[in-house]
Amino acid sequence: MKPIRIVGLTKEFRLGLRRRLSVVVDGLDLEVEQGEIFGFIGPNGAGKTTTIKILLGLIYPTSGTAWVLDRPIGDVAVKNRVGFLPESPYFYEYLTGEEFLKFYGQLFGLRGDLLDKKIDEMLEMVKLSEARSLPLRKYSKGMLQRVGLAQALINDPDVVILDEPMSGLDPIGRRDVRDVILRLRDQGKTVFFSTHILPDVEMICDRIGILVKGRLQAVGTVSELVGTGAVTSVEIVVEGLAEAGLQEGARLAGAVVRRGHQVLFRLDDEHKVRDFLDAIGRHRGRLVSLVPHKRSLEDLFLKEVGAART
Amino acid sequence: MNRIAVIALNTFRETLRDKILYNLVVFGLLLIGSSILLSALTMGEQVKIITDLGLASINFFGVLIAIFVGIGLVSKEIEKRTIYSIIAKPVPRYQFLLGKYSGLVITLLVNVSIMAAGFFLTLLAGGAEFDLALLKAIGLIFVELLIITAVAVLFSSFTTPTLSATFTLAIYIIGHLTEDLRALAQKLHSTMTSAVLDGLYYLLPNLEYFNVKGQAVHRLPIEPLYLVSAVAYGVTYIAIILFLSCVIFQRRDFK
Repeated sequence: MKPIRIVGLTKEFRLGLRRRLSVVVDGLDLEVEQGEIFGFIGPNGAGKTTTIKILLGLIYPTSGTAWVLDRPIGDVAVKNRVGFLPESPYFYEYLTGEEFLKFYGQLFGLRGDLLDKKIDEMLEMVKLSEARSLPLRKYSKGMLQRVGLAQALINDPDVVILDEPMSGLDPIGRRDVRDVILRLRDQGKTVFFSTHILPDVEMICDRIGILVKGRLQAVGTVSELVGTGAVTSVEIVVEGLAEAGLQEGARLAGAVVRRGHQVLFRLDDEHKVRDFLDAIGRHRGRLVSLVPHKRSLEDLFLKEVGAART
Repeated sequence: MNRIAVIALNTFRETLRDKILYNLVVFGLLLIGSSILLSALTMGEQVKIITDLGLASINFFGVLIAIFVGIGLVSKEIEKRTIYSIIAKPVPRYQFLLGKYSGLVITLLVNVSIMAAGFFLTLLAGGAEFDLALLKAIGLIFVELLIITAVAVLFSSFTTPTLSATFTLAIYIIGHLTEDLRALAQKLHSTMTSAVLDGLYYLLPNLEYFNVKGQAVHRLPIEPLYLVSAVAYGVTYIAIILFLSCVIFQRRDFK
């Protein structure tokens, strides 16, 4: 059983007065494995949200199809086992946090003591127990995102789909969301989330898919896509170098940047590092720092987006 | 509790927490109150004027709520994207729509009841005795409000709030003139035009059917059979409109 399986999914919209055809999702094939955290990344307008909305039955595909927990999309019953947090969530702002969770719990058929217990548990998890009696219109953006997570998880879902769960949050808020996602995986749940915050993806995702212009450009684990350990450049900061030392350093390094007494050299080949350090030693320069740079997800992302756009 | 009821109660709560609604009720009560002042000026006809004004203001404020809150309820959900997280739950779309409709029906029921209570108190204070015909007239006003709400929900299931309000208002006005449409159709010689007018006559709700305010004011009898057939017509019309709304709503994309 695959938690999410998408085959040849295409969605076209007709936009504007001229009904110009716009292909938002273009023949997408994708499978998400049981128990993994899958990061769905891509630039704005790539079709991430549209794909998610199709999975949840908010939008109908033009062609192709998809299954969630082996049930075809549009099956209302399967939503009992799915949790969803929409992008920059808008909720009933006249409800208090507690009433809000009660409403969503009731939509899942929860009631009585079980529902009350679930609400307490969820508020505790997203650290909103103290704000439970406050109307949502008084919540900050981070609090709204957290209470949104709580409504997505109130039914103890097997598959959790989050649309941009970290956007607009401060570093603490982002860490909280990351922690919740990791905890969900520990509980054996499958998490599928879209984002364009790449460091978060590198930190927590088991696998990622890069979507550009509605097409999947790459899919795999971070290390499969980015490669392991291959150092692409080394940045070395040195101080106390005389002019002769500077010149020799510049000959070995590709790029040189002066910052007060310090000089930053960038070497594009890690094998030159030893020679470079020997040279610095001869000229009595003092090493301040040495930072190897690996190929990052950001490099890959920019490359894939650039390639797809040209 | 089933999902339609959960959504209906939440919708009712939304309208309760929406201050506009209170204003309308207060405004309605004020208008009825002012009829007392008026009646002091015209001796003898007091009760008639209070009845006339009272029924008219219950009708007017009910229609305002039905059109504007009715349209807001569904299209606001789409515009504010609150609908996303609900459709993502195990809630079939038709249940969402019927829940919203039922919630507004509860709101209207509460509002009309409060206005009616105020109206009857005003009458009693003016020395009139209770008349069942007034209750029948208010009952039919309520059925008319239910039809208008259903029409508002139908339009807001596929178009923007502004257009929905315009269309619903138009249907409300034309709905009171359908007899004229028919009379016009019979006078015209062009068969084509009269066929169109005839079609409109059957398509649009005949809201004048629910207007027995005149009889109530002049203490004329309202036959039980008339009452039953008006209610049956109203309920059938509402069922068809809501069914259509659900079919349209089921097919649309929430972009």
